[in-house]
Amino acid sequence: MTSPAPSSGGALASQDDITAEITDIEAAYQRAGVEETQPRLDYPPYRSSILRHPTKDLHHADPETIERWAPCFGHRDVDPLEADLTIQHGGEPIGERMVIAGRVVDGEGRPVRHQLVEIWQANAGGRYVHKRDQHPASLDPNFTGVGRCLTDAEGNYRFQTIKPGPYPWKNHHNAWRPAHIHFSLFGTDFTQRMVTQMYFPGDPLFALDPIYQSITDTKARERLVASYDHDLTSHEWATGYRWDIVLTGSQRTYMEEEEDDA
Amino acid sequence: MSTLTPTPGQTVGPFFHYALPYEGDRDLVLPGTAGAIRLHGTVYDGAGAPIPDALIEIWQAAPDGSVVQQPGSLRRDGWTFTGFGRASTSRDGSYTFSTLTPGPTEDGAAAFFAVTVFARGLLNRLFTRAYLPDDADALAADTLLASVPDDRRGTLIAARDEQGLCFDIRLQGEDETVFLRFPGH
Repeated sequence: MTSPAPSSGGALASQDDITAEITDIEAAYQRAGVEETQPRLDYPPYRSSILRHPTKDLHHADPETIERWAPCFGHRDVDPLEADLTIQHGGEPIGERMVIAGRVVDGEGRPVRHQLVEIWQANAGGRYVHKRDQHPASLDPNFTGVGRCLTDAEGNYRFQTIKPGPYPWKNHHNAWRPAHIHFSLFGTDFTQRMVTQMYFPGDPLFALDPIYQSITDTKARERLVASYDHDLTSHEWATGYRWDIVLTGSQRTYMEEEEDDA
Repeated sequence: MSTLTPTPGQTVGPFFHYALPYEGDRDLVLPGTAGAIRLHGTVYDGAGAPIPDALIEIWQAAPDGSVVQQPGSLRRDGWTFTGFGRASTSRDGSYTFSTLTPGPTEDGAAAFFAVTVFARGLLNRLFTRAYLPDDADALAADTLLASVPDDRRGTLIAARDEQGLCFDIRLQGEDETVFLRFPGH
């Protein structure tokens, strides 16, 4: 694809430029025929990644003792009320109240029990409570957008919050992020540590967003999209979304796992 | 071998500062405690510019080499050593932890901090190790270090300084840090 006036000297790319780059990378991925299930670290349409991706292959390592364990979090660390992002202030936050719930498992499908899940997000107007967020949308005095919980004995987590809005960012001209919630997760091994983003079904901004599209495989990136689940709703109170998370496989032996179960 | 495909990661983004940092996050022990050392460094991009919006986490053994399984990393009581810390970089790209020196987890093993790196612009977290520089025999016998080319090995070893240890992290460029991929990743 050609664009009539190639950007130069720091001028922002247009959405068409970015979309053309995304399309070209995806076409090359399809031709290569090798499945990729994680985001590319080197993904030029996300401009901030250009100087911040390693250029050398990640070096294979077998996890050693400390890496085969994870930090331990407990009820001393997290108050159960921190899972409700709608009650942190004096009044009701503005927006669509919703429940997000799901299960955290490892690569063998075993539940990740009693581990820390942290979330953060914009408010219904697409504004973060962050001094670097200069998007001129309203701050909601009743919504901060930070929550924590521990998974239960079956690996389940559950938050009550407000659906975040999409927001503009400075990657390119008139760039908009699809609505999303950031998730931070710990597993039973430190090598399972991850941070990701959960998205909402049917978002028209998916095709335009270089962060979402940095996962070049369609099936892989759709794993980040929650599903609407009417069983999670509460009567005249909240809608509900389900999103399950798979961490990498645990390196623990089954012997150790059995000891954990005892 | 994993049977389920892991959920893809995504960047931590620019707005994690009001969510992930917490009081006492970088103080595994209070500075000035007997045995406390400072582990610190700067995170750089490919142009050599410091990265002011990165987040570093460490996970380590206790000085006796044991793996601590105590809660209390998020609500520090000042007495419990939990082995986990989190530090966001400052405007000048620097991070700092106050902690204890990790011991080797097995006799003769090289002691290290397990390190994760998150940043705006970094599409997925990175893992690395910050080895202690002191035990030359243990470093020479270490399997991972032996598998890394000579000219890159130094990026995995912290340097002694007056207060403790310095470990710079370079996401790209000359002296790019060796980042790790574990089985199943």
